Amino acid sequence: MIEAILFTLGLGGACGVALSVASRIFYVYEDPRIAKVENLLAGANCGGCGYTGCSAAAEAVVSKEVPPNVCILVGPENVAEIAAIMGSEAGTAEPCKSYNNCQGGERATDRFIYQGLNRCSAVNALYGGKRDCSIGCLGFGDCVYACKFNALRIGPNGYPVVDKDKCVGCGACERVCPKSIIEVRTMSQRLLHLNTQDDPLSPCQQTCPAEIDIPRYVDQIRHGEYESAVDTIRERNPLLLACGRVCPHPCEEYCRRAIEDTESVSINQLKRFVADMEMNSGRRLRISRAPDTGKRVAVIGGGPAGLSCAYFLRRVGHSVNIFEAMPGLGGMLRYGIPEYRLPKAVLDWEIQGILNLGIEYHTNVKMGVDFELGSLVGAGFDAIFMGVGAWKDYKLNIPGEDLNGCYTGINFLSRIGNQEKIYTGRRAAVSGGGNTAIDCARTLIRLGLEKVYVVYRRTRKEMPANEVEIDAAEHEGVEFLYLANPSRVLGDDDGNVAGLEYINMELGEPDASGRRRPVPVEGSETVLDVDMIVTAIGQSTDTTFCTKGTRMEELNITRWGTIDVDSDTCRSNVPYIFAAGDGATGPALVVDAIGGGRRAARAIDLFLKGKEVKPEPRALLSKSHIQESLFNSVPGVQKSKRAGMPELPVKQRIANFVEVDQAIAEPDALAEATRCLTCCRLCYDPDKPRHVA
Amino acid sequence: MGDYLVLIVSSMLINNITLAQYLGICPFIGTSKKMETATGMAGAVVFVMTLAAIITWCIDTYLLKTLGIEFLRTIAFILVIASLVQFVEMFLKKSIPALYAGLGIFLPLITTNCAVMGVCLINIQEEYKFLEALTASISYALGFGLALILFAGVRERVVLGRVPRPLQDTSIGLVTAGMLALAFIGFKGLV
Repeated sequence: MIEAILFTLGLGGACGVALSVASRIFYVYEDPRIAKVENLLAGANCGGCGYTGCSAAAEAVVSKEVPPNVCILVGPENVAEIAAIMGSEAGTAEPCKSYNNCQGGERATDRFIYQGLNRCSAVNALYGGKRDCSIGCLGFGDCVYACKFNALRIGPNGYPVVDKDKCVGCGACERVCPKSIIEVRTMSQRLLHLNTQDDPLSPCQQTCPAEIDIPRYVDQIRHGEYESAVDTIRERNPLLLACGRVCPHPCEEYCRRAIEDTESVSINQLKRFVADMEMNSGRRLRISRAPDTGKRVAVIGGGPAGLSCAYFLRRVGHSVNIFEAMPGLGGMLRYGIPEYRLPKAVLDWEIQGILNLGIEYHTNVKMGVDFELGSLVGAGFDAIFMGVGAWKDYKLNIPGEDLNGCYTGINFLSRIGNQEKIYTGRRAAVSGGGNTAIDCARTLIRLGLEKVYVVYRRTRKEMPANEVEIDAAEHEGVEFLYLANPSRVLGDDDGNVAGLEYINMELGEPDASGRRRPVPVEGSETVLDVDMIVTAIGQSTDTTFCTKGTRMEELNITRWGTIDVDSDTCRSNVPYIFAAGDGATGPALVVDAIGGGRRAARAIDLFLKGKEVKPEPRALLSKSHIQESLFNSVPGVQKSKRAGMPELPVKQRIANFVEVDQAIAEPDALAEATRCLTCCRLCYDPDKPRHVA
Repeated sequence: MGDYLVLIVSSMLINNITLAQYLGICPFIGTSKKMETATGMAGAVVFVMTLAAIITWCIDTYLLKTLGIEFLRTIAFILVIASLVQFVEMFLKKSIPALYAGLGIFLPLITTNCAVMGVCLINIQEEYKFLEALTASISYALGFGLALILFAGVRERVVLGRVPRPLQDTSIGLVTAGMLALAFIGFKGLV
């Protein structure tokens, strides 16, 4: 008996001693926090977090790879304690949530009828899928089986529906889905995702330069969920009030309804409708934002690109300072687009909403004059975004261009926008055929001029300005002189403009841009009796900020005078300088600048997080379309009338700068929303009786 | 030499630790959902089982039997195996971090594994010599690995099949395991 006791004690002691000696000899320094964190985890080694066991998860928490709430089993108290150990606040980490990207459900036709198989993975393994759509949801619900938290169910339309409250973001559904339809993402990842060839996208969504999820928000409007619709738009476009007014909606060109019906869905009016709804309600919707990362970004230029970039960077948690050369934020939105198209009060309200996220700004400071790159780097900014725009007007380069009464387009509009008093004559000629020229002409009418001409060297068909803008200008009494090219400005003895001589043109062979080149007709000079001339023939970027002898000198500038950046990442040759908007692309649409700002924000986010700044693979960049999503015919669509745009009568509007286009009324908006076919890659809902909420 | 061959075949196939002796069912079911985890587990088992068998054999022969306290065998083995696994874990972490990371969570899982314990006790029961014990435990471990990997392969395919809802997952897994065991009975009479 005594041997047995001695043996047991001895063996126990020996094991104990051996282990303690071993733990000394084989001691590996480990952050003491790992053990503390591990004690607070569930200890179930379930692998729900994606790590092999709790200790691995604890290590990941301490190395800050994952947030304190990585464990899907422990409650908020433990998360708070873990966060306390890590010295961060509980709840600062962004939760992952599961999202179902395919809204198609049973709408795409089945390619095969399956017998016996009842799992997505099985169907996918054997036949590569069930539906005609190459990426669509198979609808057998592998994700539902995989979810341990009952957060997923197959909805009435045959595709999975996520219960956001129950979802813990464990990622089990994403791992089993053979079609990448279910994705577990943080808000930041979703905000900065660029559309790719492999996403379930409708043609309009592929076309939108800001990549807004159009079918989703139109559907939300149809169901009366206006606030959700605003949130959906804000995931991609922070300037919805402005875009709802001035966007020439390239998306509508690709509207699938327009293939069968006479007119597309009035997407932009719907955007404006919900955006106005929010503004007029007087209550701002809360914009969620990721926890602070402690990184700082300087945004040069407070135009659409700068505001968009700042907005997205702020939402993903970086702190942003905007530096603007003009007295007010908004760039071309404020100084290039006249009051009657985008009222300043509306713009102010919208910009304030963006600034409310916690964005600091400085106005009246110009890069290269008031500060330069060195001072930004010295002030501790980790990255710099250049959204400098294109503010330098091209000149006509004809004699007499410097006489009193000659203006250039953007200069003229920005001075009006800044409420400066400027000399105006009685009769004016605007040279150019773009939107800036039309804006100048319509502004001049409102300033009370007797006669306003637009002189354009090609025909109306070649005019780059929006069709609706040209129509509106014609209604307001602007006279268009086509095939006319200014050749000389005549002056009087006091150096004032006394007339514009132009030469008639005729269209010759098409040039590089595909438009027919205008050729002068000899001896056809005519003099137009005007005393004011506005030249609006295009703009370029003012690159005077490239101060000699500084790093800025190294910044590559293209031969068109824009900042040379990678079109996918918006990164320049200086690794921490990014650029988008007109300053990088040359004059383009507001919505292009917004999309560019977001693209740059994505790259800056990668850069700030120390990851490789590389393009999104197979990104569409709204330049190309998914071929299979472009149809020739859309069977089953009944013709229906598009909601008209309410606008002020001409007599009322030409006397002042009151906004011309009005928002459509709620019943019209709901009716218009039902015209949407809720398209995806292949799916669409042809007309069927629908309930209007 | 022939004896050893017989020993290997009988330990690995005929008396397969899982499918013939029904030991270690817990990791067998638990880690067989994916081939990747199954191979990881198999590797860890070979490693631990061999080490544990040798050490327990030595303890039994040189301590328990000499002192005449064989009734303490079970408790002594538990203590030794548990300490051993802890020791191995520490050793690997310091010296071979790559292997440690590879085995990951499986190493501590084996601490209280009945298959390991079972092999140690069988070695004593069958009164193997040292070399026989070594051979037998490696073979048992390989047998466990073989069964686990086969089973994982089958389960990965069963998932694709049409299984009635109440039988899904572990239930169908146990049925599959039963059929695999039946197949292994076919080895009876081989030696």
